Amino acid sequence: MTAGKRPLSPHLQVYRPQITSVLSISHRFTGAVLAVGLLLLVYWLAALAAGEAAYAAALGVLGSWPVRVVLFLGVFAFFYHLCNGIRHLWWDTGRGFEIAQVYRSGWIVLLASATLTLVAWGLLLAGGGA
Amino acid sequence: MAEFRLPANSRIRPGKQFQAPADAKQVKQFVVYRYDPDTGENPRLDTYELDVARCGPMVLDALIKIKNEVDPTLTFRRSCREGICGSCAMNIDGTNTLACTKAIDEVSGDVKIYPLPHLPVVKDLVPDLTNFYAQYASIKPWIQTRTPPPPDSERLQSKEDQEKINEPSACILCACCSTACPSYWWNSDRYLGPAALLAAYRWIVDSRDEATGERLDALQDPFKLYRCHTIMNCTRTCPKGLNPARAIAEIKLKLAERQY
Repeated sequence: MTAGKRPLSPHLQVYRPQITSVLSISHRFTGAVLAVGLLLLVYWLAALAAGEAAYAAALGVLGSWPVRVVLFLGVFAFFYHLCNGIRHLWWDTGRGFEIAQVYRSGWIVLLASATLTLVAWGLLLAGGGA
Repeated sequence: MAEFRLPANSRIRPGKQFQAPADAKQVKQFVVYRYDPDTGENPRLDTYELDVARCGPMVLDALIKIKNEVDPTLTFRRSCREGICGSCAMNIDGTNTLACTKAIDEVSGDVKIYPLPHLPVVKDLVPDLTNFYAQYASIKPWIQTRTPPPPDSERLQSKEDQEKINEPSACILCACCSTACPSYWWNSDRYLGPAALLAAYRWIVDSRDEATGERLDALQDPFKLYRCHTIMNCTRTCPKGLNPARAIAEIKLKLAERQY
C-alpha cells in the first residue's frame, strides 16, 4: 500500500557513539587527512627543488604557529592511522575479537598514538628541527 | 553512496505527551517513535510518563503497559518475552537490543525507543525486514550434500566439530547486529550484513556440509562480504552475546588461505 513511501528509520541520528564505531570512522578520517596532508609534503619538496630563497620562504610558512598546530594534529593522525592499522592487521589474523579485547586494544591505540606524537614532537623540538 | 540525512518524509517531528496518573510513585518517561501509515504524516516522538513502580522490569513490559493502559494504537512486535524469538528487537537508549531482556533501570534518564535503524518503517516500531530475510535465504541456510547418507545412521559429527557450530547456531535472526552496522546502513542492497554472514559461517564450518567451496565462492565478492570493515558494532550489540565480527574475519581468512 505505502511500501514505496515508507519512512526510513533513524540511524546515525540516534545510534549511540561507541569506541567500536568512533575509532573506526576516525581511522577513515585520519586516512583522508593524511592523503590531503601529502600536499604539504609536496609543497616542502617543491620549495626545496625551487632554490634557496623559495626554501627559506617555505620554512617560514611551515614554521608559523597555525601550520605548526596543523602539523601537530597531522602527526597524531599519522600515528593513530599507523597504530590502528596494526590493530586491523591483528584482527586480520582472526585474533582479538572479544569485546573486552576490542575495547582494550582501542584504548591502547589511542594512548600509543598520543604518546608517539608527544615523543616525536619532543625529539623534533629538542633537536631544533622545528 | 552513503546518505547521512534522513529523507524528507522520514524526519521526526515532536509528538504527543501522555501524563502519568496523579498517584504515580516513580515516574519515568518513555520517548517512543511513532509512524502511522494511514495518515502518511511524518514520524513523530510521543512521550509517555509511566509509573514504573507499577510496571514489570523490562522495556517490553513498559511497552505492553502503554498499549494496554495508555495508548492502544502503539504497534510493536513481540512474542516469547524471554529473548529467544527475536521479535522485539529495537533501538533502546541508542543501541539495538531486545526489549524483553533490556531492564528499564539499565537506562538512566528517559527511555528512548526507535525501530531498528535504517530500515523502511511499516508502522511505529515495526520495520520491514524483507531484505534482511532475503539475504539470509541467499546464503542457503540448509545442509548441502553430495554423498548419500550412511545407510544405518544419521550424518554424525564429533563433539569438537559440533562445538564449532554451537555459537553461530544460537543466532535468533533478530537483526540487531546488521542494523547496528554503519556499513550495512550504506550498502544493505549489496552487503549481506553480519547476521547473514554469521549464518554463512555456520554452514561453512559444519563438518557435515559438502558445499564449502561453493559457499566460499558465493562470498568472494567486493560487497557481499568485504564491506565489513571490522567496525564491531555488531558484536557490541548482539543480545545473545554472539560474535558475528569474528565469524566474518574467519570467512575472510578461509578465502585468503584458499587463494595462497
